Amino acid sequence: MSATNWIIRGATIAGEKPGDIAVSDGVITEIGPNLDADKHKAQVLDSDGLIALPGLVDLHTHLREPGREDAETVETGTAAAALGGYTAVHAMANTEPVADTAGVVEQVWRLGKAAGYADVQPVGAVTVDLNGHQLAELGAMADSAAHVRVFSDDGKCVADPLLMRRALEYVKAFDGVIAQHAQDPRLTEGAQLNEGEMSGRLGLAGWPAVAEEGIVARDCLLAAHVGSALHICHVSTAGSVEIIRWAKSKGWPVTAEVTPHHLLLTDELAVGYDPVFKVNPPLRTSADVNELRQALADGTIDAVATDHAPHPVEAKETEWAEAAWGMTGLETALRVVHQAMVSTGLLDWAGVADRMSVRPARIGRLTQHGTPLRPGAPANLTLYDPAAPAEAVSPSGASKSRNTPFAGMELPGRVVATFLRGTPTVLDGKLTRA
Amino acid sequence: MNRHLISAEDLSRDDALLILDTAEELASVADRPIKKLPTLRGRTVVNLFFEDSTRTRISFEAAAKRLSADVINFSAKGSSVAKGESLKDTALTLEAMGADAVVIRHSASGAPHRLAGWVRGSVVNAGDGTHEHPTQALLDAFTIRRRLRGHGQTQQGLDGLRVTIAGDVLHGRVARSNVLLLSTLGAQVTLVAPPTLMPLAVGSWPCSVSYDLDSELPKSDVVMMLRVQRERMSAAYFPSVREYRRRYGLDAARMARLPDDAIVMHPGPMNRGVEIAAEVADSPRSTIVEQVANGVTVRMAVLYLLLGGAELPAVAQ
Repeated sequence: MSATNWIIRGATIAGEKPGDIAVSDGVITEIGPNLDADKHKAQVLDSDGLIALPGLVDLHTHLREPGREDAETVETGTAAAALGGYTAVHAMANTEPVADTAGVVEQVWRLGKAAGYADVQPVGAVTVDLNGHQLAELGAMADSAAHVRVFSDDGKCVADPLLMRRALEYVKAFDGVIAQHAQDPRLTEGAQLNEGEMSGRLGLAGWPAVAEEGIVARDCLLAAHVGSALHICHVSTAGSVEIIRWAKSKGWPVTAEVTPHHLLLTDELAVGYDPVFKVNPPLRTSADVNELRQALADGTIDAVATDHAPHPVEAKETEWAEAAWGMTGLETALRVVHQAMVSTGLLDWAGVADRMSVRPARIGRLTQHGTPLRPGAPANLTLYDPAAPAEAVSPSGASKSRNTPFAGMELPGRVVATFLRGTPTVLDGKLTRA
Repeated sequence: MNRHLISAEDLSRDDALLILDTAEELASVADRPIKKLPTLRGRTVVNLFFEDSTRTRISFEAAAKRLSADVINFSAKGSSVAKGESLKDTALTLEAMGADAVVIRHSASGAPHRLAGWVRGSVVNAGDGTHEHPTQALLDAFTIRRRLRGHGQTQQGLDGLRVTIAGDVLHGRVARSNVLLLSTLGAQVTLVAPPTLMPLAVGSWPCSVSYDLDSELPKSDVVMMLRVQRERMSAAYFPSVREYRRRYGLDAARMARLPDDAIVMHPGPMNRGVEIAAEVADSPRSTIVEQVANGVTVRMAVLYLLLGGAELPAVAQ
């Protein structure tokens, strides 16, 4: 991990002609054909046939530290992120203790600095202990070293409409955004699986689409009313897409994300009651999947966010109703998007760069990520081999958890290398330090 | 037949008929002074009950014992499960003890599916959450066939019979299993419930749906009343027990609307005075006591077929 200069030879910056990218001192210094390695005193990375993307940015990552280091730590989670092509992740606030004070967000931020695999941008809780009643000290977190701009009670919905209004208003003072986990708690009491044919057949309590859509609609109206930024986490239904499209058509300050799993998987996978497919919001129907893909393609949904949710084995080796919600996603996200969006012709690689790096960085208020690959830009980039033959997914072991719903599923492509400020965190698909 | 009996959905018509016909053969055993067959001698059946259900447990216990199997009753209360042991660890324990069949009752839908992945023996679902209760459906089918087609019938389905199932379909595992099994056997099933107690996507099930019990009764050869739990009232599924009884309870006046030969069934335990009036439960149309007796017989057939016991004396071919 020395400050070597690099020439990335023959990669294709999404949407452009193949060429070379020179990296020095953490910055892209030159882009062009046949750059001279001697002149740059650079190590050459042969990247013929690879796509160069600005380093991926995840708006929604559960790193579990502090508190659940048995499931993941900042170090193992960011290692998985690097392997997936990410250079920045937003660490969700539902840790133990909750990231609801300047102290906890600074702790997470410092752990990210120490790990060094990817920049860790802590997300602050909206309410104290995610209790849904009392605003956390949002300003203190914003002013802290962690420089928090995204606030979320993710895992729980800020269900109280008045509190949601206040939170939206309050963060205007420091250009914050409230990221809502849209789930009406009353409509989802005991809910286990998307309410529909599968939930009826399997006898699992239904999680109705309307429980998400009702909150999405309400919060879009609130965001418009107070003129503050709302971000909708893990949009999962066709109805939510329609509402967000409508809100955006009015010019309201609303953004949205979709997870890789909601772009590829449906509730039919629950048929064997394997809780590896239990996630919140739940997997929906193929009609929802199609609508989410279209919305990501046309920009109604701004970003792909993993909702990487690691859990120890015993949390999933249980009855469905007992099992923990969530699935890992950092290492597979780009391959899933390749399969769901690129192979289907819905998005080109420039579009992938936009939805997985540029826009999430903008929503997360990160200035050093998601910048186009140009001379002078920070050298945060991902090299991806789109032609790598489809291979069955198996957990790399970087994450402490193995609850991937894609295990055994053949996905195309391969993340070859990840550079964080000019330093490779991943080369040849492996972490540069074990 | 599959190695397990987890869902009525897994049973083909031939599988279902094989179980009913085997039960028919075994029914004669119940009339003998010595009700025991040696067919499962040396085999171990574990009754793994995470939910209290004395009636189902003793039915399985009697069935296994009449086939001479060794029976181990494992109930969650006071066991390691109550101390937080996982289903998987319980399964591994049973596996180590050499269970040939595990009869599982669990409050979580799908628990038998999970168990089947962790044990080598056969898994029999004795009711999982709000999912299924396949042996209840089999004993109901057996009861219907005996009552309406006569004792000793084999190879016959329930073709053309009109079965109305009324009550809490949403949370009802008996309703799910019966819809699947009875329709496989050729019956026309109609579900009746207030819309709040009907699954949203019930339209995809192999049955008709109605919200009006009175209009269905004259068209029913069988009416099956399901237990309605009083606690559903507090969750606003219906306004009051009184209103539920008025709209969906089977009383004598409603029973009079049934065709002459129609039968009334209930899987028990009953809420007398809620979904079923005492004079209906105790009427000659009621099969409720027969259902209990048939339960033992049908469960004998299931255990016998799953465990591949020695040939039955009466079914030598």
